[in-house]
Amino acid sequence: MANSFTRMMSGRHTAVILASIGAGTLASGYLLSDHVAAAAERTRLYPPSADYPDLRKHNNCMAAALTPTIYGHLRDKKTPNDWTLDQCIQTGVDNPGHPFIKTVGMVAGDEESYEVFAELFDPVIKDRHNGYDPRTMKHPTDLDASKVTSGMFDERYVLSSRVRTGRSIRGLSLPPACSRSERREVERVAVTALSGLKGDLSGRYYSLKEMSDREQQQLIDDHLLFDKPVSPLLTAAGMARDWPDARGIWHNNEKNFLIWINEEDHTRIISMEKGGNMKRVFERFCRGLKQVEHLIQERGWEFMWNDRLGYVLTCPSNLGTGLRAGVHIRLPILSRDPRFKRILDNLRLQKRGTGGVDTAATGDTVDISNLDRLGKSEVELVQLVIDGINYLIECEKRLEKGQDIKIPSPILQFRK
Amino acid sequence: MSDNIENIELLGTIGIFVSTPDSNSPQIRQQGSAMPFGNTHNKAKMNYDSDQEYPDLSKHNNHMAKILTPAMYERLRSKETPSGFTLDDIIQTGIDNPGHPFIMTVGCVAGDEETYEVFKELLDPVIEDRHGGYKPSDKHKTDIDPANLKGGDDLDPDYVLSSRVRTGRSVRGFCLPPHCSRGERRAVEKLSIEALASLTGDLNGKYYALKNMTDAEQQQLIDDHFLFDKPVSPLLLASGMGRDWPDARGIWHNDNKTFLVWVNEEDHLRVISMQKGGNMKEVFNRFCTGLTKIETLFKERNHAFMWNEHLGYVLTCPSNLGTGLRAGVHVKLPNMSKNAKFEDVLKKLRLQKRGTGGVDTAAVGGVFDISNADRLGFSEVELVQMVVDGVKLLVDMEKKLEKGQSIDDIMPAQK
Repeated sequence: MANSFTRMMSGRHTAVILASIGAGTLASGYLLSDHVAAAAERTRLYPPSADYPDLRKHNNCMAAALTPTIYGHLRDKKTPNDWTLDQCIQTGVDNPGHPFIKTVGMVAGDEESYEVFAELFDPVIKDRHNGYDPRTMKHPTDLDASKVTSGMFDERYVLSSRVRTGRSIRGLSLPPACSRSERREVERVAVTALSGLKGDLSGRYYSLKEMSDREQQQLIDDHLLFDKPVSPLLTAAGMARDWPDARGIWHNNEKNFLIWINEEDHTRIISMEKGGNMKRVFERFCRGLKQVEHLIQERGWEFMWNDRLGYVLTCPSNLGTGLRAGVHIRLPILSRDPRFKRILDNLRLQKRGTGGVDTAATGDTVDISNLDRLGKSEVELVQLVIDGINYLIECEKRLEKGQDIKIPSPILQFRK
Repeated sequence: MSDNIENIELLGTIGIFVSTPDSNSPQIRQQGSAMPFGNTHNKAKMNYDSDQEYPDLSKHNNHMAKILTPAMYERLRSKETPSGFTLDDIIQTGIDNPGHPFIMTVGCVAGDEETYEVFKELLDPVIEDRHGGYKPSDKHKTDIDPANLKGGDDLDPDYVLSSRVRTGRSVRGFCLPPHCSRGERRAVEKLSIEALASLTGDLNGKYYALKNMTDAEQQQLIDDHFLFDKPVSPLLLASGMGRDWPDARGIWHNDNKTFLVWVNEEDHLRVISMQKGGNMKEVFNRFCTGLTKIETLFKERNHAFMWNEHLGYVLTCPSNLGTGLRAGVHVKLPNMSKNAKFEDVLKKLRLQKRGTGGVDTAAVGGVFDISNADRLGFSEVELVQMVVDGVKLLVDMEKKLEKGQSIDDIMPAQK
């Protein structure tokens, strides 16, 4: 069992410790000055203004927040693991975005990114999370599923229910920045912990690298398999490096609790089932999460979390709860009603196609989930989804009978 | 947590050196010395053993995967070039692209001129493997005097539809496309624009920045088959060459549309001379004249091209070292290409076939792109001579096969 000292020795702070106990040896003066001279010369030849990206055609949160002044302050800074601002924003520079869809345009390489580059991350977070100000606000965490009410949907409309989030392992770099050994360490830590789950949560790990064709086909048929990212948003951030090394899928025997390892985050945790029992889905979600957290803590690890940003994940859009709770729902009449979008907006809900983000709806089935991630707790968000879905079903029923529907008043946010 | 960050930053600025746990000689990882553009800059990886970091290359078929060993990885993993390019940066593209059982890609790239020196332990054997046994002690000869080419003005235009010579050049003092910053890339573009603007006569031309071109200009460049697009090949993207697209990328061409320069695509400069028909001599003439002029103009601005007597012209991909030259034709060989001896003839002539869309495309209508297979160890003149002589022979063979005659008596010897 690794105590915190052992973990530190094998972790990122070894450099500090070795240096402070005098274990460092001096390198030749020539080598040193070669590097230092090269660095100084480059800074002289290329001031921040020479490197400032051309963002005139860009529509993402990073491009809206970045200024030459901020870039000048941050360009030469690094996190303890050498991660830089240019690396954070590369994906936003390479993907100008879409006039209708505002992407985030930056990622974190490690937990410290959010601190070292706060001058840019904070306004981006505020923009993306509807005015949540990380400088002044605190994020509430609440995984007590018993607090949720009315979580059983009419199954004539709701086909399936799902809750997902992500968790990062403190002390290891995030997918854009991690080395192969760090990524393999994430896999080891997660898989070891998951092997300790019991009862209805007991399950098995399938490494992407080693799975048999039959296993692969089964996972595809069950809609559980994730594939190498092709989205340029992800590949430009370096998340597909070394694929499929140290990537895999764990699921329980019932196939309703599922963990993705080293895809877009260290771990993505998913609880799902057919039908409308969102309460049970959320209950299993919370229970599973707490048990996994306990199992990694036994071995001296913990999740990245702080009270400013909640759970720390790769993309700023997933900070806070990282939670997306949603349903696949049939709303044939309502989804064609011109008021549909406004109703969703006011309920703080979002629609996606049934393939997930950036896909189109098939038939009358849409994926509806919460818009927000940060500033509200897990319980609050799931309750919001439950109440919202129930409202949508009510609207559909009324429209079926030829009755009129009302646009609900908007749910309060922190902004104004 | 913030305490530790302060400590580490402070240590960085006052220059504490730390030895890596697994190396015999001291190495520096000092903060502030490295350029932050590689995608694999990561201090924490040095806290893990080399074995834990070693990539899984069990399904790979590329030169890098064949040469790299755990012992070599361990020796090289803590090194970096003065601009901060590391071993992991070099090999990332080879890890991410396992390759194809039939096509052996290189699997590594250089981030700057010094890469080939600092990481010679890996790159020399890769070069030897890729370039037909070229040894670390070999010298490469450069010859861009078009007068030395014999013939080449009489390839049959009924068969040879077009002729083309291309090469690349890197500008000394700047990092290469996988590693360069936006500032450096823009500086390369600026220099190129200045130098090319001074060309005159039949080389008088115009620069089109990818970023600023009008729709009309773009359409014209597409119609002329000049426009290059953002790389989609994972081979290129995985090495970081697509970053910041289309910033500082552009195309220059002369008014006659026979001489073309790509700026900041896969190399700093790609220089192309081409025209319809079979007059390779004229194409090569223009190629040499233009290149020599451009080199002079760059030198006047205190920026030579990257070159040394062992590797010749230094380019991003080790496959393009030496001459970086691909001289080729689009030639109609519907009969020859179906002949069982086609591959063997090409091999003997030291030629290579591609589809008419360039590398990794298929041939359309029996028309093939035939070019030299070699880049390093032969001079420019020698390579173009091989193409000229070889294509002549292929056309003769095609004509014989058309008439139902055998080609056995004109089979070439191995060059």
